Amino acid sequence: MLIAINNDCERAFTMTRFSALSLLKNAVTGHKGWTEQWPDSQPKAEYDVVVVGAGGHGLGAAYYLAKEHGITNVAVIDKGWLGGGNTGRNTTIIRSNYLYDESARLYDHALDLWEGLSQELNYNVMFSRRGVMMLAHNQHDIQSFQRHIHANRLNGVDNKWLSAKEAKAFCPPLNIAPDARYPVVGAALQMRAGTARHDAVAWGYARGAAARGVDIIQNCPVTSIRRGPDGAVEGVETARGFIKAKKVAVSAAGHTSVLMDSAGVRMPLESYPLQALVSEPVKPIMPCVVMSNTVHAYISQSDKGELVIGSGTDQYTSYSQRGGLPLIEHTVAAICEVFPIFNRMRMLRKWGGIVDVTPDRSAILGKTPVKGLYVNCGWGTGGFKATPGAAHVLAHTVAKDEPHAINAPFTLERFTTGRLIDEAAAAAVAH
Amino acid sequence: MLLIKCPYCDETLPELEFAYAGEAHITRPPTPAEASDEEWRDFLFIRSNVKGAHYERWRHVHGCGRFFNAVRDTVSDRFLVTYPAGGLRPAVDDVTGSSK
Repeated sequence: MLIAINNDCERAFTMTRFSALSLLKNAVTGHKGWTEQWPDSQPKAEYDVVVVGAGGHGLGAAYYLAKEHGITNVAVIDKGWLGGGNTGRNTTIIRSNYLYDESARLYDHALDLWEGLSQELNYNVMFSRRGVMMLAHNQHDIQSFQRHIHANRLNGVDNKWLSAKEAKAFCPPLNIAPDARYPVVGAALQMRAGTARHDAVAWGYARGAAARGVDIIQNCPVTSIRRGPDGAVEGVETARGFIKAKKVAVSAAGHTSVLMDSAGVRMPLESYPLQALVSEPVKPIMPCVVMSNTVHAYISQSDKGELVIGSGTDQYTSYSQRGGLPLIEHTVAAICEVFPIFNRMRMLRKWGGIVDVTPDRSAILGKTPVKGLYVNCGWGTGGFKATPGAAHVLAHTVAKDEPHAINAPFTLERFTTGRLIDEAAAAAVAH
Repeated sequence: MLLIKCPYCDETLPELEFAYAGEAHITRPPTPAEASDEEWRDFLFIRSNVKGAHYERWRHVHGCGRFFNAVRDTVSDRFLVTYPAGGLRPAVDDVTGSSK
């Protein structure tokens, strides 16, 4: 049933604050008093800002637009349900140990925001600083990780070197036997890194944004971006008709290039399936996140108890949201190599998300050649960790019509000027 | 698992035998020294990233070792046609059978 909520007086949504008292009150009254977290808005004819894509990045941008820049006439439009794209499909790893100064600033900005996010949103995003440990298996890994550690520390990003024994002490299920095919010879550990509940990030931002007057419009595909005779953005064509907007911010992950094409902007992006899988839930056994570039595996344990395992991207571009089984076989083989203790775990389900990859493996976040059109894309396989930071600087860019100092280097123009941020060669993981 | 037909071996084989090699029919600027920054950007970085019939290169790396071209639907991942490298780009309508 669709009920049009088209004018402000009907928009009587008020956010219920969560507190120990409200939990207790609802617990003793049979949990019948909870109200909806955000209304299912219907599109108005016109907005100041339309954000395309209701993932963590898009919803977060709407939240910060409303909260920090006072722009509340905002719609976040998604073709599916909010948080149903890559926000709900990633392996929830958060870290900031990137090599280059530009990346370190961006991801560390995100990490700063992660640390206070549950309080900021009055919504438990379950951010857990359990540490991310990256395994070294050979001399090249040792040299490259130690270079990363030094670069990180110069940038004020925590990261430290562990011997194989120290790695084992930090993560007891790890196999450090010297006769392994790819023995663990050391590890880099970022203690401040960890995981968060991915759905809660989208929900928390959605709730916070809706409470400030942002419309969240779900199941409404944006089919194209309309430009006026002067070339500036006029609005977006959607499945529910044209929506006028002074500014449009595209935050649509794997579908960004398709949308940008409709505005006449060709993007240096390719969309690949990225797969993940989870095991049956077990009692706590993995105290941290472990990643290995060399055998290509990453693994952590959710608070529900499932082992969450991330795979690499498929070799071919696709929009299928599936991905092929060979990747899963490769990933599971790597996990069994590093953690023989898990070799009889049963996997419950696997899925894929479509990630947009740039040639230098760094995001594109900023203005475009089209007036009033902004883009936040190219996060490849690592967008979740950046969610609050990307959202925060995207909101700044849209509100001020100029980039924040942190996202200023992440331009679209860098592919013309050659000023790349080449995390492709330098990424701490096989990205 | 994708099943891919190598146009040289004339056999349909599992994806594991093949390596993807990016978008097809991208030509190097004919006079590289005179190409502008924008032309270099387009050649090096801009890709069509089609949602639909995608022209791409593959290499039968664990077989004959040769490069060939393919048209694949990036929504269903189904291969529409494969053809030798250097061959003319088939029209989308011809390989999809659509008259749109």
